[in-house]
Amino acid sequence: MANRPQPSFPEPDTQHFWDGCKAGELRYQTDSDGNVVFYPRGHSTVTGDRELSWNVSSGLGTVYTYSVVRQNRMPGFQELGAYAVAYIDLDEGFRMMSTVVGVDNPVTDIHIGQRVKVEFEEQSGEDAYPIPVFRPV
Amino acid sequence: MAQERLAAIAGIHEYPLRVAPGVSSMQIKADSMKRALDDAGLDWGDVDGLYDALDGEGGGGLGLAAYLGIKPRLLDTTQVGGSSYEFHASHALRDIAAGRCNVAVTTYGSTAASMRVPIGTGGMGRGGASWQQNMEAPYGGTLISNYAMVAHRHMYEYGTTTEQLAQISVATRKHAMRNPEAVKAMTDLQFVKVDEITVEDVLESRIIADPLHLLECCMISDGGGAAVFVSPEIARDIKKKPVWIIGAGEATKYRENDGDITTSAGAQSAPAAYGQAGVTPDEIDIAMIYDSFSITVAVMLEDLGFCAKGEVGQFIEDGHLAFDQPGLTLNTDGGGLSSNHPGMRGLFLLLESVRQLRGESNSQVDGAKLAVAHGNGGLLGGTHTGGTVILAAD
Repeated sequence: MANRPQPSFPEPDTQHFWDGCKAGELRYQTDSDGNVVFYPRGHSTVTGDRELSWNVSSGLGTVYTYSVVRQNRMPGFQELGAYAVAYIDLDEGFRMMSTVVGVDNPVTDIHIGQRVKVEFEEQSGEDAYPIPVFRPV
Repeated sequence: MAQERLAAIAGIHEYPLRVAPGVSSMQIKADSMKRALDDAGLDWGDVDGLYDALDGEGGGGLGLAAYLGIKPRLLDTTQVGGSSYEFHASHALRDIAAGRCNVAVTTYGSTAASMRVPIGTGGMGRGGASWQQNMEAPYGGTLISNYAMVAHRHMYEYGTTTEQLAQISVATRKHAMRNPEAVKAMTDLQFVKVDEITVEDVLESRIIADPLHLLECCMISDGGGAAVFVSPEIARDIKKKPVWIIGAGEATKYRENDGDITTSAGAQSAPAAYGQAGVTPDEIDIAMIYDSFSITVAVMLEDLGFCAKGEVGQFIEDGHLAFDQPGLTLNTDGGGLSSNHPGMRGLFLLLESVRQLRGESNSQVDGAKLAVAHGNGGLLGGTHTGGTVILAAD
């Protein structure tokens, strides 16, 4: 496909997450009480505390829900044909929007409850950030 | 009934055209305000409160008052998506009860159809850097795919079927065919079939984002309108019977790590509204629910308490929704699915509720006394608001 839209910087909340993608790591935060914070932020969404730790996920998760987009008028996607958008529940307890790749037919081959693992899809262009996507395991 | 009567809707106007080339959204707003004031028998200079949802080229309360040429003593630019107008009604109840204004107006104008705005399928990944854009833009999600993900999860957890969801489109179209402005809308927007539809029609229409079909998606139209909120003292002297705002609730919801995507912000806003109004869901005659998509209505029927979570499929099969069926009646103007959706439908939920409680609807429910208008703003399944307003006949 054409390059996926890249994250834009400067954006201080998500910079470290995307640096992780370049390092092949799916990173997430926890606060000092152990609460998982995701999407990345500068504060704990449970306590407001700004003391957060970064962790590396195993990349294993489960499809919580998905849709196969048949019509998207945004450049880069409109030529693509049917593709999946999904929420993935990672085993460490965070939910992220992503896609499921590596299936013959996204309409019939993706299921809620399906086990998936992250991989980092290389994008063309100098210094492009790889995009975390998920493949059935 | 013992509800308090602290604020009323005194006048309404729905802009009649859904394709209005050569007209600006600001002209629609001003024209609608004038006609809504006429409907109430009030004058331009009576307006002392202005609510606005930052639509059109107006710049919210800052710019709209100047365009209209009024100097209200209360300005409120609450923009929370398509439910903004339920929030405006909620705020009008609060502000009028507190004596902050006596004649307040909210207006809406949009030329989304004439401008060819791809609201549902244009992709969400535009705009500058933000924490959320950076996490979601790479995946090509559309507005519709957010709702579709709710539908898939609802089907997975509760066994809800496409055939059940399609009944929402069927009932809504039935009402639309009784509304001359809706028929003209579908004609002007070149709908393939301007007629009543069947479940089979819905299932045979193309899928936009699995599992949602074209006929489960609202139209994109031009349009707009206005509503006039007044104090009880003003309400005594207006041209028509006032419709009382007796309860309101507001809430928000968003993607959460352990969140239940099949439950909306409505599950929080509705109990607050019912509580203030002192009524229960089984007393409601008319449900005006933001039908951006079939699944939106299905989720809201549950969250508004008309059936338990997960049971909406059976509730629909039991035969509700249409005005000539017993029980709860849904979206008697034809809804966003078949009458009017310029981008933020919340205003029209209030307008048709008023028509029903005045006895003026094209699909009138005899003796309708209580209506609920529930708007969903933003993205069901993602960040969204719920605004619930309970309205009572005089």
